[in-house]
Amino acid sequence: MNSDRRRAIERGTGDAPLRGLDPLRLTARDAKRLLVDGEISSAELTKVYLDQIAAVESKVRAYILHTPDNAAKYSTKVDREMQAMRGPLAGLPIAVKDNMVTEGVTTTCASKMLHNYQPVYTATAVRQVWEDHVVMLGKTNLDEFAMGSSTENSAYQVTANPWDLSTVPGGSSGGSAAAVAAGEALWALGSDTGGSIRQPAALCGIVGMKPTYGAVSRYGLIAFASSLDQIGPLTRSVYDCALLLQHLVGHDPRDATSVELPEPVALPTAERLDGLRVGVPSEYLAVGIEPGVRARFDETLARIEELGGACVEISLPHTEYALPAYYIIAPAEASANLARFDGVRYGYRCADPVDLLDLYERTRGEGFGPEVKRRIMIGTYALSAGYYDAYYGRAQKVRTLVRRDFDEAFAGVDLIASPTTPTVAFKAGSRTSDPLAMYMSDICTIPANLAGLPALSIPCGLSDGLPVGFQLIGPAFSENRLLEAAHALEGAIGFDTAPTFRGARRERDANGWRADWPAPPGPITFSPEDAQS
Amino acid sequence: MNNGAWEPVIGLEMHVELDTQTKMFCGCAVTKGDAPNVHTCPVCLAHPGALPVVNRRAVEYAARIALALDCTVQARNIFHRKNYFYPDLPKAYQISQYDEPLATDGSFEYWVDGELLRCRINRVHMEEDAAKLIHAGGDAGRIAGSDSSMVDFNRGGTPLIEIVTEPDIPSPEAAREFLQQLRNLVVELGVSECNMEEGQIRWDANISVRPQGSEELGTRTELKNMNSFRYLQQALDAEIPRQIGVLEAGGTIDLETLHFDPDTGTTTPLRSKEEAHDYRYFPEPDLVPLEIDPVWVEGLRATQPELPAARVERFIADYGLSRADAGVLGSSGALAGFYEEVVAAGAGAKPAANWTMGEYLAHLNAAGLEAGHGHVTAERLARLVKLVEDGTVSTSAAKEVFARMIEDRAEPEATIEKHGLGQISDTAELEAIVAEVVAANPAQVEQYRGGKQQVIGFFVGQVMKASGGRANPQVVNDLLRRALDA
Amino acid sequence: MISEDDVRYVAKLARLRIEQDEATRMTGELAKILAHIDKMSELDLAAVPPTAHVLDVVNVTREDKERPSLPREEALRNAPAVSDECFRVPRMG
Repeated sequence: MNSDRRRAIERGTGDAPLRGLDPLRLTARDAKRLLVDGEISSAELTKVYLDQIAAVESKVRAYILHTPDNAAKYSTKVDREMQAMRGPLAGLPIAVKDNMVTEGVTTTCASKMLHNYQPVYTATAVRQVWEDHVVMLGKTNLDEFAMGSSTENSAYQVTANPWDLSTVPGGSSGGSAAAVAAGEALWALGSDTGGSIRQPAALCGIVGMKPTYGAVSRYGLIAFASSLDQIGPLTRSVYDCALLLQHLVGHDPRDATSVELPEPVALPTAERLDGLRVGVPSEYLAVGIEPGVRARFDETLARIEELGGACVEISLPHTEYALPAYYIIAPAEASANLARFDGVRYGYRCADPVDLLDLYERTRGEGFGPEVKRRIMIGTYALSAGYYDAYYGRAQKVRTLVRRDFDEAFAGVDLIASPTTPTVAFKAGSRTSDPLAMYMSDICTIPANLAGLPALSIPCGLSDGLPVGFQLIGPAFSENRLLEAAHALEGAIGFDTAPTFRGARRERDANGWRADWPAPPGPITFSPEDAQS
Repeated sequence: MNNGAWEPVIGLEMHVELDTQTKMFCGCAVTKGDAPNVHTCPVCLAHPGALPVVNRRAVEYAARIALALDCTVQARNIFHRKNYFYPDLPKAYQISQYDEPLATDGSFEYWVDGELLRCRINRVHMEEDAAKLIHAGGDAGRIAGSDSSMVDFNRGGTPLIEIVTEPDIPSPEAAREFLQQLRNLVVELGVSECNMEEGQIRWDANISVRPQGSEELGTRTELKNMNSFRYLQQALDAEIPRQIGVLEAGGTIDLETLHFDPDTGTTTPLRSKEEAHDYRYFPEPDLVPLEIDPVWVEGLRATQPELPAARVERFIADYGLSRADAGVLGSSGALAGFYEEVVAAGAGAKPAANWTMGEYLAHLNAAGLEAGHGHVTAERLARLVKLVEDGTVSTSAAKEVFARMIEDRAEPEATIEKHGLGQISDTAELEAIVAEVVAANPAQVEQYRGGKQQVIGFFVGQVMKASGGRANPQVVNDLLRRALDA
Repeated sequence: MISEDDVRYVAKLARLRIEQDEATRMTGELAKILAHIDKMSELDLAAVPPTAHVLDVVNVTREDKERPSLPREEALRNAPAVSDECFRVPRMG
């Protein structure tokens, strides 16, 4: 018996005692093997997660919307029709970030603006995994329209980090990361615009990957910044990450910016890093990395060397300009992407508008939260007459320099390593009143988005009892190289700690807004099999 | 129009909806007249997460227009977002082209009163049309006074081409001719029917005046979203004197958008918006650049239908027509086609041209019909022309034959027969008329005999009149001389 | 330096109703963020071409072939106000 599996079965938490499976540790790889071997049914596996949700969700609040009835029903159907519905992901439960549209399931993007939105179609990435017969457990919380780094900007609820409930799970895919870390999902889909998969994965002690820009279709991903957004996996292991990624990638005729990867995603097997050259950009270590994070990072670099790799210091000289460029480009694109929320065709509409202007201004003024408004304002300003050259034009040029930095670096190294975040999970409410401090959370992750490069974060230990993330960035379309290296490193690190749900949840702080906004309505229907026709 | 010491300068921006099967960025059908909101999808309703994908036939059609206007199709062009809020624009941005359009630097030659004018084309670019707004309450579907408006997204996202001229058009008449001839061109390319009532072609006009001979442009005003040639000319006819009046009184022209009221024949400023337009253009991140293969462009060029300018040259060369006649006949495909059928059916090129431009065109205009759809076929007109040539019917009588052919939807021979319009060459019959005319005009006989030979023309006229235009003029001439010289 | 008037102008462009106190607060916040962003002006960018898109891909188009549209009831299903089979908006003002 595989040691991971033995561990998973032996260390049941008691909260979810079914056959001793530990949802805090079970990987998709092992779950799949148990399903294929007939040791467990999809319905039983799904119940492990539904039970864990029942046990811990009141502490974590990772989901905006649960679809337990449908999950139970669909998993039973998979069991019954196992022959017809056989597939690499069949019967494995998944959580989906609530910024991917799902036909039949309310999709809110954590915004009051879409509190009642019933999508008329399904995002390509979600449809692809539905067609592989995954079982959807629900839609996870995020910062409203994916704008944030703590998931505190959700219009509906604050998600807590299962490692310490008084800290944030990161963001914007904080719901997906917390759900996986808390054993409320086997794995999850997230999206990453400036670090929104990697940063919460790091703060929650799981694996998160942003693929090369274009590798995964954005069709149906509610756009934040179109030239930066990518969907990717949040998983408990690098192997799982590769397994899920296999089913997300591919050119989609409905997304003109999606491309076919030059080679299929392979399931990683590497245990050594012989000959691998890893560059460590000095600029990333100069941004106020806290000592505990730095210590785990340095230890991980030592592991790379132990595995036969070589770590060299490199320079990405324009790193300090990446954050300013990002905070123009992303809001500029967002200001246009979010203009469609006008109260005419769907979503929130203000009460009794007296005329069209009133309809627009009040619908948008009332429907968007403060961070979304702030970014729309920055973006609109940066594009407005007289400011384009100074802001948007300049940011696009900085983007060129950031790309060139990476091109030059990758001439000498195979991968680039950095801490994923400068700090471990911070206290809920501690940065909500200071937007710039919040933006700094993404300082190590943003450059890869600007350059469109694949990057992932794996847990590399704890600092003060909280997980530390180790980021690897590769050249465009080097997914397999990244996954192989991360897999070898993961084995050497042997991170095998589970969150303890210690501490107390903090609800929205004094600066919080719209705490009284009610939860969105439940799903009207959900039948993934319909999506397969 | 006399503008005194001033000359008008007019520029046009035309929008043409393309007749593709589907919309610019999604697979919804492009149709007309269907029930509201039956041709929509997440893309053209701008649902969250939906993405545009370019319709490649729309690119081809746009490139065909650009080539016909002698533009350079750019090797690389990109789309931009043009941001503004309006209920007919679901994304609150229009995907359009901005500083890297499909094609630039062209020209279009057009005829005004037999004179060939040239207008430079600044650019041709691709974009998407807005949805349709229907205003409820108030009167007659106008915005003013309506309680609410309804949005029908069937039209939203239809491929739209914008053609922008340089300010090279010298008069309202020229603007009208430019538009009519440009419309003919687009129709002949087969890329749009340019149906005026459906608004498939619409335009904005920029108008300014400047002292004769000045090189500098004056401040312009804009007439927006017109789709009637007549109103355009009327509006310009009203706006030019208004601007001249303002300037001559020492005033200045404000850069503003005007509304033309056809009832009063005047232009008035549209209520100015609280904010200036600030469209915040930026490159559309959901689309990748178009790189146009020169080989593909040459392929398009090779398969363009014959265009009016080339056809005019061919008519001059092949049929020996004057440039003015070739211009009239060659600039519209339908009329040119009709003319060529008349010639092919055996009529001489020159008389066929005269008949087509004269009686036939007058008939079309009177009946409000398109060339080729009149009540005389090319083959019948050709036969009539031949009957004139062989003397069966006189030129003047033939006009009456033509009119009766239309009334009766009849063959020329049968019409001549039925109405007795054949030419009279019978000497006996004509001699009687000649004798009567000579007898009735002794004074003119005296003049003639006194040496004033040209009075013969008067007698011929009188005989023709008395014969109902049917007398063979040559025979009449001979008989008259014989009678008068006797 | 962004002014409160700028903030109000931009809010108008973006069709966001903001109250007076919000405009004041936002002016301060945006000024702080923009000050950080102004770091970009340290760089000499005259000779640097812009990057609008990281993809090295061109000419992604689709065939001019009809695909099924949404049934009207689906199209209108999320609409806050409907009349005569259309989306209804209040008077244009």
